[in-house]
Amino acid sequence: MHQHDVLIIGAGLAGLRAAVEAARMGVDAAVVTKVHPVRSHSNAAQGGINAPLTDRGDEWEGHALDTIKGSDYLADQDAVELMSREAGAAIIELEHMGVIFSRNEDGQLGTRRFGGQKVARTFFVGAITGSAMLHVLYEQAIKLDVNIYEEWFVSNLIIEDGACRGVVAMNIHSGELHTIKAKAVIMATGGAGRVFEPSTNALICTGEGLGLAYRAGAPLMDMEMIQYHPTTLAGSGILLSEAARGEGAYLLNSEGERFMKTYAPDYLELASRDVVSRAEQTEINEGRGIDGNILLDLRHLGRQFIEERLGYLQEVAVEFLGMDLAEQPVPIRPGMHYIMGGIKTNVDGATEVPGLYAAGETANVSVHGGNRLGANSLLDTVVFGRRAAVAAAEYARTVGLHSSDESMLELEKKRYQDLLDRPADLRSAHVRREMAENMTAGIGVFRDQASIDGAIAKVEELRGVYARVAVENKGKVFNTDLMSAIELEYMLDVAQAVCAGADARKESRGAHFRTDMPERDDENWLKHTLVYKDGDGARVETLDVTITNWQPVERVY
Amino acid sequence: MEQTLRVKRFDPENPGASGYQEYTIEVEETSTILDALIKIREEIDGTLSLRCSCRASICGSCAMRVNGQAKLVCKTRVNAVAPNGETITIDPPGNMPVITDLVVDFKPFWDKMRAVEPYLRPEGPVPETEYIASAESMDHLVGVVNCIMCGACVSDCTVLEVDSNFLGPAALAKAYRFVQDPRDSHKQDRLSVLNNYSGVWDCTRCMQCVEVCPKDVNPMGRIMKLRDLAMEAGFNNTSGSRHTESFAKSVKKNGRLDETKLAVDSMGRFNVPALLDSAPVGLRAMRKGKFPWKAHKSSEPEMVKRVFEKVEGE
Repeated sequence: MHQHDVLIIGAGLAGLRAAVEAARMGVDAAVVTKVHPVRSHSNAAQGGINAPLTDRGDEWEGHALDTIKGSDYLADQDAVELMSREAGAAIIELEHMGVIFSRNEDGQLGTRRFGGQKVARTFFVGAITGSAMLHVLYEQAIKLDVNIYEEWFVSNLIIEDGACRGVVAMNIHSGELHTIKAKAVIMATGGAGRVFEPSTNALICTGEGLGLAYRAGAPLMDMEMIQYHPTTLAGSGILLSEAARGEGAYLLNSEGERFMKTYAPDYLELASRDVVSRAEQTEINEGRGIDGNILLDLRHLGRQFIEERLGYLQEVAVEFLGMDLAEQPVPIRPGMHYIMGGIKTNVDGATEVPGLYAAGETANVSVHGGNRLGANSLLDTVVFGRRAAVAAAEYARTVGLHSSDESMLELEKKRYQDLLDRPADLRSAHVRREMAENMTAGIGVFRDQASIDGAIAKVEELRGVYARVAVENKGKVFNTDLMSAIELEYMLDVAQAVCAGADARKESRGAHFRTDMPERDDENWLKHTLVYKDGDGARVETLDVTITNWQPVERVY
Repeated sequence: MEQTLRVKRFDPENPGASGYQEYTIEVEETSTILDALIKIREEIDGTLSLRCSCRASICGSCAMRVNGQAKLVCKTRVNAVAPNGETITIDPPGNMPVITDLVVDFKPFWDKMRAVEPYLRPEGPVPETEYIASAESMDHLVGVVNCIMCGACVSDCTVLEVDSNFLGPAALAKAYRFVQDPRDSHKQDRLSVLNNYSGVWDCTRCMQCVEVCPKDVNPMGRIMKLRDLAMEAGFNNTSGSRHTESFAKSVKKNGRLDETKLAVDSMGRFNVPALLDSAPVGLRAMRKGKFPWKAHKSSEPEMVKRVFEKVEGE
């Protein structure tokens, strides 16, 4: 049995930032992660990180208002204010740690413009900002000698007397199951993109953090808020960063027209993501697409500029499309990208389950509400990753000795063995694909009651057949087949919660656009949806949005 | 179209059953090798183990050998490797112990990364805002931090194949990133460590790392630059450094290489054990009549001298 004061699940930006803070505080902390930290999906964040730097004449209020407007007034304004106020220090700290942010001519940090924001306040490293930050936070973890259970897969939480007191995890290299006791656990497991197909998300983004918390009794909040990114590649769903439009790229329909002028006359291509994705989908649906795509045109930016500022985008275009951004416009479409919803937390990462904290994409504080602004996700991870670590460490001090109870380990051993003993029948990959394609069809850019009902029925059917999912690989060492089967079980929980949220919210707001109820309804729905697990089903409650300084007004870009 | 992949299997619980296994699947024009491997895993054989995640050449999980050369399989198209549908052979990356199938133990890789103190070490008062650094210096480093730690360079490094102590191309490129960072205050200590055995002088300049790097990090170029920087910083007491200096001196003087002098200078004139060690090579050369008793001279040494003057003048 292993034991620590604070255990962090996941080693992306939120998890590593939390680990660095805990190490600085001198608490006994450890990170458990199913992939090596630098393989985490934070890597894929390309465009940058937002921060209003007040010494440059920017104001935190400006960033807060843009974020709240972007959220379609569903974000909790106290949380947004806190994030906007802490952003400047967070960026400077990252720079001091070693992130190679791009500079201006005076050697100061340079910025680019991003969607849904009035001013350029996005700090960046080429088009590899997430990767550059992740590697630096990993460097800091090495420097501070953070204890990392690398390639260990957490498959259940230990709940004792209603509080989270650790996890059961499989060492993927050996296949052995272990108890890791902790006085506080921080969930930093990222998103759940694999619940949809296609998705920009990595294959590891299976959302078991959401499923684990949901099963432990923590509510998942605003799960219907699924971000479809405006510029993804058909088929694979691979992302082309918003940085392209931030640097001036156009969106064109089949008539060669910059159609965003009809939908967002002021912001054009840099309206918020939900607005741009709906505009694209409308163009496609009305016959002005090209094979289900529209075009992203960077040609006027010039080859040198593209290669210097957007090198990774050019690499993606060349490698995956065989196209040259300097020569041709590339076909793109809206694709599932991010989940605004997540485990409900307060501004210190605390969930409704004592001892369980959450930060990053898996959490919902809520700062993104109905729609996240580009480059606010990285900010979210470092601000709230740090805060969760402080709160979890303080909480851990109030908890007595670890119990010696190992009953969850025995239950998990049995669960794994049952999966391995099932006779060959369904493959987890097939069930996942069926679920994921169904989710994209039902809970898409546009949805209505019929599509939501269809998704619900399919998810319930697949939850029923899960008992037939079998594992072909019976070996102990690096058994990814077995992991996939367990991940699927949690993905089906996430799918259930997303459907429940979408069914409950009887209005259109942010990314949740119902063609049968196209208006925002502030009178009845200035509310969060909270999905609780209830037996095998879901129960939905609501909670008022926190409004401080900014009254909801019509959202025009 | 149909495509056959010949995949190296290794089952640590039954090592005797290891070997190549062939799979034939349908692939698309645009399929990558990773797409093909995932399809095999999902449709034909759930026991196949590999690491993969982002599918977009940024997470660094899926480096492996394709027809003998390390590649990131998510950005390698099937038809680029097998334009006429030839069978493709997939092996795990080299120079690291195999755990199972295409999965290797990266521990040696990360241990070497740790050995170069891979984090910024600034000294002095911490500024209230950011460190001021030129745009050029930062842009230059972005080329290095493009490294995604996939291990392709380590897999195919010909030095690591014979000397596992070599820090290797990835760790040395990482070290370069800190040596060249204007915010770091430990350039001299870093160079001093890199100047030791297993460091910058152990590279044989075979270019493999440059060839296989999927992110154009150019590790060998970084290692060469580290050598220059180490010599400029006054670390001249290595055979590598002496080799470089003697090489240049000889060519500048004679227009050609004085091989005997080069060997003696490199080892150090008073390094009796090393000189005795290489005596057999010299004796064998003498016996075959190939010992270079006298330094050869170029027919136009003045021209070579002018080249040196031009380059050194720059």
